[in-house]
Amino acid sequence: MTHAAPAVPPAGSADVPPAWTTWRLLPARVVAMCIVELQKIRHDRTELYTRAIQPALWLLIFGETFSRLRAIPTGKVPYLDYLAPGILAQSTLFIAIFYGIQIIWDRDAGVLAKLLVTPTPRAALITGKAFAAGTRALTQAVAILVLSAILGVTLTLNPLRWLGVIVIVMLGTAFFSCLSMTIAGLAMSRDRLMGIGQAITMPLFFGSNALYPVDLMPTWLRVISHVNPLSYEVDALRHLLIGTPGHLLLDFGVLVVAAAVGITAASALLGRLVR
Amino acid sequence: MSDQRYAVVCRGLRHAFGSAVAVDDVDLDVVEGEIFGLLGPNGAGKTTTIRLITTLLPAGAGMVEVFGLDVARHRMAVRRTIGYLPQQLSADGSLTGRENVELFARLFDVPRGERKERVRDVLAAVKLEDAAERRAQTYSGGMIRRLELAQALISSPRLLILDEPTIGLDPVARDGVWERIQEVRRATGMTVLVTTHYMDEADQYCNRIALMHRGRIRALGTPDELKSGLEPGATLEEVFRAYTGDQLEESGDFRDARRTRRTASRLG
Repeated sequence: MTHAAPAVPPAGSADVPPAWTTWRLLPARVVAMCIVELQKIRHDRTELYTRAIQPALWLLIFGETFSRLRAIPTGKVPYLDYLAPGILAQSTLFIAIFYGIQIIWDRDAGVLAKLLVTPTPRAALITGKAFAAGTRALTQAVAILVLSAILGVTLTLNPLRWLGVIVIVMLGTAFFSCLSMTIAGLAMSRDRLMGIGQAITMPLFFGSNALYPVDLMPTWLRVISHVNPLSYEVDALRHLLIGTPGHLLLDFGVLVVAAAVGITAASALLGRLVR
Repeated sequence: MSDQRYAVVCRGLRHAFGSAVAVDDVDLDVVEGEIFGLLGPNGAGKTTTIRLITTLLPAGAGMVEVFGLDVARHRMAVRRTIGYLPQQLSADGSLTGRENVELFARLFDVPRGERKERVRDVLAAVKLEDAAERRAQTYSGGMIRRLELAQALISSPRLLILDEPTIGLDPVARDGVWERIQEVRRATGMTVLVTTHYMDEADQYCNRIALMHRGRIRALGTPDELKSGLEPGATLEEVFRAYTGDQLEESGDFRDARRTRRTASRLG
């Protein structure tokens, strides 16, 4: 008899003192979303492998070729070393920029409504999703960095710098996934989001310092690169991973502000999706 | 208020999408502990009413209280009292049954020390303990609905809100879902607010019913009251037709129809 009746505790026991929730709500929701993302990756690793193909081609073909051509002046740094952090940032950008599709799928499947009837403020839900995208990006980053090391890129051994890499990848992915979720809130359909995502990824990538130094760019492109958060992500990753001179504090600051703005914008538009 | 306590009170509730009025001046009282059925054809405003009660939509006019809490002012507190099962199939197929429920345990701040046990208990309550480690995409339609019920029950809600819980299910699976709901209600005394357009289910399981049509409540009472009010020996279906004017299949917009069909096709 003990197990036959549903052992659900008496109704109303989920009430939690407000003080507990206010300061723990946001980190608790972020952790919950990141765990789900890791569980999904564990169950299905296909995407991890297929998504590794493109960056591998960039490093193997583009990287090796341009190393030999010596067409892009990168000072004393071998071009492949210079390129690796850029490709890392690019592949996290690709993950993030289509992340909004998931939220549209969640909307269509009723998942979003269900999540929003839990005690989770909209901003906490978006922050959770943004860092879940960051978690996925990190698993991707491991693959790219292993490949880079195999190709002979000299990566840092300093654990503090690796910690910095994790933070920067998380923040960069958080911003771009929020950009994607913001577009989702405006476009309201998967097809449109796919189209817009395709249209902006390449300009974001080529309009950054991922492939070549800013000094080589024409002035108009330099302006774009300066307002492009991807450039700051690449600058920080390059500094941390291969030790080129960078502006770590500025990069970090820009990415924090960008992520905060992204979270605010995406949260504000979330209401449109559940209507 | 007399000795009766109310789980839900709506007064003058109204919501419009552009010029289309979905919920029009609705007054509704759901008594604590009862199973209250909101009936109506597609597009009657049932789902919009549910969304207003669950804090998903702001009311255009009027007010909603859940256990005495004004929904507009105490959104978070109201959500902690509600378990919600949307019309669409909303379990994540790429996660296992257990992981699906664990997510909602975390989102409702079930303390870490109790989480494992509570998840196991609700999965047992919906008879899914043996399938808990399988991914939900391998589940049958009825199993998915029961999994979603477990997700909604993990927070021990005082009010369980079910939007068309048995849509697209075969009769055996429908009974399975309702039996689990009944068991949990008997064990916990929670209130259940359910929308459906299956008249037999409403007749069999609901203590009271509100008939909704074109955004308004057209009739309210126990199934017996409604039936005898029309004519002796009338069925609930006849009552429904009398109030909605033979509109059972003819209303609802494109989005309604698409959502219903999508859910039905995913249930196979």
